[in-house]
Amino acid sequence: MFTIFRKEIADHFNSTRFLILFCLVIGVALLTTYTVSMNLRSEISGGAKIEYLFLMLFTTSGQFFSLTQFIAFFGPLIGIIMGFDAINRERTTGTLSKLLSQPVYRDAIINAKFLAGIVTIAIMFVSLVLLLSGLGMVAIGVVPSAQEVARLAVYMLISVAYVGFWLGMAILFSIILRSIGTAALASIALWIFVSFFVGFGSGLIADVIAPADQNNPDLMLKNVRIATAIGRVSPVNLYSDATSTIMDPYRKTTKSFVLVGPMEKISMSRFDNPLSLSQSILVVAPYLTTLAALTAVFFAISYLVFMRQEVRSF
Amino acid sequence: MAAVIETHELTKIYGRQKAVDHLTFEVRQGEIFGFLGPNGAGKTTTILMLLGLSEPTSGSSRVLGFDPVREPLKVKERVGFMPENIGFYDDMTGRANLRYVARLNSLPDAEAKKRIDDALEKIKLANEANKTVGAYSRGMRQRLGIAEVLIKNPKLIILDEPTMGLDPEGINSMLELIKSLSVEEGISVLLCSHLLHQTQKVCDRVGILDQGSLVAKGTIEELAGEGIQADGTKLSLENVYMRYFKEE
Repeated sequence: MFTIFRKEIADHFNSTRFLILFCLVIGVALLTTYTVSMNLRSEISGGAKIEYLFLMLFTTSGQFFSLTQFIAFFGPLIGIIMGFDAINRERTTGTLSKLLSQPVYRDAIINAKFLAGIVTIAIMFVSLVLLLSGLGMVAIGVVPSAQEVARLAVYMLISVAYVGFWLGMAILFSIILRSIGTAALASIALWIFVSFFVGFGSGLIADVIAPADQNNPDLMLKNVRIATAIGRVSPVNLYSDATSTIMDPYRKTTKSFVLVGPMEKISMSRFDNPLSLSQSILVVAPYLTTLAALTAVFFAISYLVFMRQEVRSF
Repeated sequence: MAAVIETHELTKIYGRQKAVDHLTFEVRQGEIFGFLGPNGAGKTTTILMLLGLSEPTSGSSRVLGFDPVREPLKVKERVGFMPENIGFYDDMTGRANLRYVARLNSLPDAEAKKRIDDALEKIKLANEANKTVGAYSRGMRQRLGIAEVLIKNPKLIILDEPTMGLDPEGINSMLELIKSLSVEEGISVLLCSHLLHQTQKVCDRVGILDQGSLVAKGTIEELAGEGIQADGTKLSLENVYMRYFKEE
């Protein structure tokens, strides 16, 4: 299995599409960090140092969007691009039957491919975050605290799992669908559906079931609850909720909509202390498990389909 | 001589269609066995079962003494298989493709290099080994396929339509190569083809497969002998073959 893994890794790093993708991601990230750090610098100059300033590099939006939003949105594309032709390319070129006639277990092939994808993604993320941290340190002149580093590490872990989910999905399509083009389109279609339409759809459905009424807090709460419940079907939402909590110690809940009375608000702001990392993790733990479970389910399905497929059809 | 492949009532059913129907035959050590039949006769299915890539519906087989259903890895370690339309990684050089196969067979690097050089020498591709496979001609690809098979130092090789798509010169050199492997290295060969007159030249024995069952088996002389016509002239294998398929 290690041999296949090694070759797949080498293939990923040699491929033009990986290079293009990597340049694109780095380019956008650099641009965003630059604008964000410029903004931050002008904002904080003169004032007292804000706690967890360093993390704000990744979470505040510069001109267009923040880095975490960018990854939430384009991460799937990275996974899809790395996985949509994993199996069916080998099938169309005839190398799959050759591979299978070598003394390797059949599951070694799919395991190695998945693992190689994950490792490539991990390398990409680590280098990205390291590069930006370095740049950020120079630009805003702030060194990250130990807790910030830890939070970044958790963030990277979640991101890799998130992109791994899309990788698993793309590999599944590449097993089921014979044609490379169809597999790519199917993956992209699912991506678009999940990132856009689930968002619109959940709002619409919530409005139908429980129309929001400004004067009725109960109804409003219900509306939002339904919308988020539906929205959670989408891993994009899971991911962005989870990471924004991890990256912002002041967020105590993953919910974006909280109803509070005026007195409550005052008392809350008086005790507005950051959460510790372990508490933040606790808040997002259900999200993480769901994300990991989704990835595992997709991979398990791919595994089963691949193991049962008749070689004849290769 | 001992048999390298033995099958007993081997059967494979896809849905309602019998791809291989109670097939019993054997390939003896050191011989070239021609496995003949029209397209769709069940040749490839039989091979896949022999390699443990497909599970037989019923019946059993033994390849080099191993049961492919139970010990597919042992069979795959010892048997070289060249599939129909063999594929390579086009962006890798011929040598790199061979090296990958060697690694998949867990050969140590030094040993792998020796075997790769030997194999490239045999297939006369040593000069082109460092070009990417994408630039190879059809004939070169087929020969590289043979090299890939040889890297395992196999006792038995199974070739599925090795001459397909080659020009006459390519066909001749391919057949000579196969013959020399059998004669010089004592490798047993199972050669699948639907092209008779080629097989005739190199095979020691042939089996003719039609719709999943073996309709004739024996040396070419024996089969031709069966076909003595009323006027006393002998039929070529081709006539024998045609006779089996015209009767339906």
